[in-house]
Amino acid sequence: MNEFAAQHPIIIVALPKIVVVLFVLLTALAYLTWFERKVVAHIQARWGPYRVGPHGLLQPLADGLKFLFKEDITPAGADKFTYFLAPFLSLSLAITSIAVIPFGPKEFTIFGQSTPLAITNLNIGLLLLFSITSMGVYGVALAGWSSNSKYSLLGGLRSSAQMVSYELTLTMSVVGVILLAGTFNLSEIVQAQQGFYWGFVPRWNLIGAPFPQVIGFFLFFTAAVAETNRAPFDLVEAEQELVGGFHTEYASFKFAMFFMAEYSSMITVSCLATILFFGGWLSPFPQTGMWTWTHYIPAAAFAIAGVALVIHGVRYLTILGRVVLPMLGLVLCALAVLFIRPGVPDFVQGPFWFLLKIAIVIFVYVWLRGTLPWFRYDRLMTFGWKVLLPLAILNVVITSLAIVLTQK
Amino acid sequence: MTPQIAVFLVLAAVAVAGALNLILQRHPIHSALSLIVVMVALAGLYLLQGAEFIAAVQIIVYAGAIMVLFIFVIMLLNAGEEERENLSRLARFVGVPLGLVFLVEVAYWIARATSHMAQSSTQAVSTRELSTLLFREYVFPFELTSFLILIAILGALVLARREDSD
Repeated sequence: MNEFAAQHPIIIVALPKIVVVLFVLLTALAYLTWFERKVVAHIQARWGPYRVGPHGLLQPLADGLKFLFKEDITPAGADKFTYFLAPFLSLSLAITSIAVIPFGPKEFTIFGQSTPLAITNLNIGLLLLFSITSMGVYGVALAGWSSNSKYSLLGGLRSSAQMVSYELTLTMSVVGVILLAGTFNLSEIVQAQQGFYWGFVPRWNLIGAPFPQVIGFFLFFTAAVAETNRAPFDLVEAEQELVGGFHTEYASFKFAMFFMAEYSSMITVSCLATILFFGGWLSPFPQTGMWTWTHYIPAAAFAIAGVALVIHGVRYLTILGRVVLPMLGLVLCALAVLFIRPGVPDFVQGPFWFLLKIAIVIFVYVWLRGTLPWFRYDRLMTFGWKVLLPLAILNVVITSLAIVLTQK
Repeated sequence: MTPQIAVFLVLAAVAVAGALNLILQRHPIHSALSLIVVMVALAGLYLLQGAEFIAAVQIIVYAGAIMVLFIFVIMLLNAGEEERENLSRLARFVGVPLGLVFLVEVAYWIARATSHMAQSSTQAVSTRELSTLLFREYVFPFELTSFLILIAILGALVLARREDSD
């Protein structure tokens, strides 16, 4: 088996990794819709999905089934080929970008083949992500154009203008980070953020010397929210003005594909924000001396969540909930026990902190949607070109000055 | 056949097919889409040569920015399908043969040039080496080009600006 693996590293190592990451990503997408609906509902003092499964946990499944069984309509006069191409383009580009995201520092071994915790580790990882983002406009623009509907066309036009404008800021805002790290490789960018000030403040790019990338981060996040067409920048699909925007004429699974693409790019952007500004998989605590107990934080977090779920679950309203929730809790507890076995805490650290940081960024994303009102369209463009872009250029200039001045 | 050559053949075939489709399609949007396919295929060819940075920039700049503008303009003007006419007599008896001659000529010179280049095998150039070259040895032409582009932008602005009414 090991020999076969050595001869065919692509089949043995890369394919399983792709399958696993894809499976996890698609599941995460589905539950992101649930998470968003829950969080927005609670912000607005509602309950959100509650009927399908305990706490609405089976809602994504129900939604998926519904999308599958809806009639797939092609509007009259639509440009057939482009109409079909648009959702595929959107979704495939959005999903491809996860390929360069590194999830942890450790290499692991399958059949004697050592491989990093990412589908691939490219020297141009960041550039590849930006090239995929820049292609992402086509899905939306073509969908708007090919539907043969004025609302869709307006949505498509708005989106191309908006995404092209904010892409500039998005790209310029990370130049500071690239200057600090000196590489496009995402793993190396994370490794460049290792270390602590005064022994306990992490040296992440957000607060890193010589020039903290606070402006960079806010520019990046604003531009990313606009680039993924999320509120408060989702004028591309402004319901009051454009019915549904570029996807007005899409039904059934093609509509679902646009939805999945949007959530997938949300996840990618959160990963990127974490990697570039919050130290990626690095733990916020030092790993030595009096801080070694932090190795057990993942296990403790899982154990507490598991126990809480069991206690809550046995008193749940429905019988299904009384079975499912405690079982989930027990699974979490079992994972917690697994995490404290020798050797495992080290390995789990990276992915645990990475996923936790992503979850926080995604929460902020949803929080924004629940809180902020829309921009007017002309204000949106003015803001992008006259405020964000000059700030991004200023950030690049100051960062490079600071690097040159401190480099003696 | 090594994997490299197989990938090259596939990418080259896609590029050529895209280029042909660009001309043969009647709708401007379809032509623009074919051009994007050509550009992505070219980026793949650069990647095959180990020029990672150039490949990424090819996609970001050409496929991601310039072509978006093309598509944007086509959508904004709502350009319809072009009408097709029969070849005129001039095109049939002068244009087509001249085109064929030109094709053979270009193929001949490219074949000659590449047979020389085969000896000086192209090394994979990293982003760092490329930027060192660009900002040390070729910094003057580089800056000059950027000035040219700046002048072009200013010219476009001057031409597009509305006359002040007051």
